[in-house]
Amino acid sequence: MHDSIHSTPRPASAGALPAGAGEHAARADGQLEKPAVEFRDIDIHYGKFVAVRDFSLAIRKGSFVTLLGPSGCGKTTILRSIAGLVDISTGQISIGGRRVDDIPIYKRNIGLVFQSYALFPHKSVFDNVAFGLKYRNVPKPEIARRVGKALEMVRLPGSEKKLPSQLSGGQQQRIALARAIVFEPEVLLLDEPLSALDANMREEMRVEIKKIQKETGITAIFVTHDQEEALSMSDRIVVMNAGRIEQIGSPEEVYEAPATAFVADFLGKANMLPGVVASVDGQKATIALSAGQQVTALSPKVLASGARVTVVVRPQKLSVGTSATGNRLAGKVVSTSYLGGSAIYEIGIGEGTIIRANTQIDGRLAREGEAIDVGFDPAACVLMDEKGFRIA
Amino acid sequence: MTPAQHHDKEGRWAWRLTGFITLLVYIFMFAPIIATVVLSFNASMFGGFPLTGFSLQWYAKLLANEQVLAAFKTSMWIALVTAAVTTLLGIITAFALVRFDFRGKATLGTLVILPALVPETILGVGLLVLIKAVDQPRSLGLLLLGHILLAVPYVVLIVQARMVGIRRTYEEAALSLGASRLSSFGEITLPLLIPAVVAGALLAFTISFDNTSASLFWRPAGVETMPTQILSMLKISISPEINALGTVMILVTVGIPLVGGLVLQGLSLLRKRVEAKGELA
Repeated sequence: MHDSIHSTPRPASAGALPAGAGEHAARADGQLEKPAVEFRDIDIHYGKFVAVRDFSLAIRKGSFVTLLGPSGCGKTTILRSIAGLVDISTGQISIGGRRVDDIPIYKRNIGLVFQSYALFPHKSVFDNVAFGLKYRNVPKPEIARRVGKALEMVRLPGSEKKLPSQLSGGQQQRIALARAIVFEPEVLLLDEPLSALDANMREEMRVEIKKIQKETGITAIFVTHDQEEALSMSDRIVVMNAGRIEQIGSPEEVYEAPATAFVADFLGKANMLPGVVASVDGQKATIALSAGQQVTALSPKVLASGARVTVVVRPQKLSVGTSATGNRLAGKVVSTSYLGGSAIYEIGIGEGTIIRANTQIDGRLAREGEAIDVGFDPAACVLMDEKGFRIA
Repeated sequence: MTPAQHHDKEGRWAWRLTGFITLLVYIFMFAPIIATVVLSFNASMFGGFPLTGFSLQWYAKLLANEQVLAAFKTSMWIALVTAAVTTLLGIITAFALVRFDFRGKATLGTLVILPALVPETILGVGLLVLIKAVDQPRSLGLLLLGHILLAVPYVVLIVQARMVGIRRTYEEAALSLGASRLSSFGEITLPLLIPAVVAGALLAFTISFDNTSASLFWRPAGVETMPTQILSMLKISISPEINALGTVMILVTVGIPLVGGLVLQGLSLLRKRVEAKGELA
């Protein structure tokens, strides 16, 4: 299962690809349409500060692409550059094959949804949603019809006369979504639209946004720092760090086969166990961990003995106690978080190294200080080289 | 805590003293105003107490005094033009100071409010010296310019404070929906700015209408504003007419902001009613 991800390139599903590869994949699929949004070698500077470096990306029409990364990684800057709210320093941006570098924001035909909703507080829901149509000279009866339809789509029909202040946060964000899609823009840009909502509403809106995006077939670019949102909503995820792209891939790809140590850590806090290759038997390598124990791992490439590697393994892939299989490491429970059906253990495996295991409780819950075995399958891990890149 | 809850003697006295001093402060603040208003209706020939009877003769005299009427007219139009011009300047300056980043922005922000900190007399002399340097006579235009100079800082401060509270995302949203920068300003920013604009305009009007010392330097020969007119009348005698004139001034400078406030309140009430209807719908 794990291997197949490595060796067989996935069919390019709807989503994001590096700019060059985008065209290629489109031809392979027999689709000759231009990418909905394309970035070529974008650099964005604020004075001396480089916010984005070498950013190239092609986004397939109708796909849902997420820019994921910690705050300050440049994801919002990229989103704002599509809208024309940020000037790019070098490179070019195209929307639907049309270069937009010199086109002002109000002529770019993009829908924008903000974290803070940004509904016009002095205008009714109707006037808010109708705003974009009004500036496109749509006749009045047609405006009324389309606003009504958009409000139905976001499940707030009949709210035309209300003012934004009379709506809850979730309702306001739905109106903002209606306002951004009613004029059928070429791209829908969502800038952390769920961050201001409370947890319950967030999950509901997640489903809602995804559903509306599918129904309308609109190309959506979503910015978030929340990995759960990214994994659950996206066709493609672009993981960013410090102004650069770390990895582009489907949610499964970035999660199961992180390209870099940063991606592995940012998505799901993977365990990172540094070590040295002790012996090699074909694709099977025995690695002496710095923590003092040995593990075997399957590598897609034959490794050199003595090479420094990091074994990356997800907390969910670990088993503990008697059910520990594959590589067995002896350890001691440092802390236990009981979650009902499952538990998260922090297990010390020597030399100050701690492994986090998220597992089903098999029999008895282990307590702090108890000696315990922790294990994982040799195929359930990913190997990173010295520089933090996945060995593939 | 109410005074009744202070059972101990000391506390009770402290409260009484506080109340007494508060009362004195209010008397001190309002006595001159009340005296002016009351005396303006006094029948006595002398502009002071005692009251001898009720009369409107001083108002009648005022209406017949062409100098006073001319001064009132001058003050009125200068104040109105000052309010209009400073409001426009204030909106533009505040918008630039809040929305744009440029070199020397902080310095410019401080410089704009500087005229409000410099003593008026200095400003008065300064502008006069400047005018002399470029060999221009004192004119109504100079007087108007001076008043604008005096009022702009206050309007900028008021509008700027409101502008800071208007999130940029509103404008960005309008732009993304297809509104040009001008439309976005007119349809989104300006309506949200209105309370500050109205307050700024009222304050500018009052500042101009009230101004005495700087106007004394700037007015051309033969032109009087209301305050300078009162001063020159005082040079001759303390006529009860001055009390009537003072009452009119109080009415204008207090009345106009009051009416402005009521209008704003009315507007927000109207909006609430619209909201209520929206809720029913």
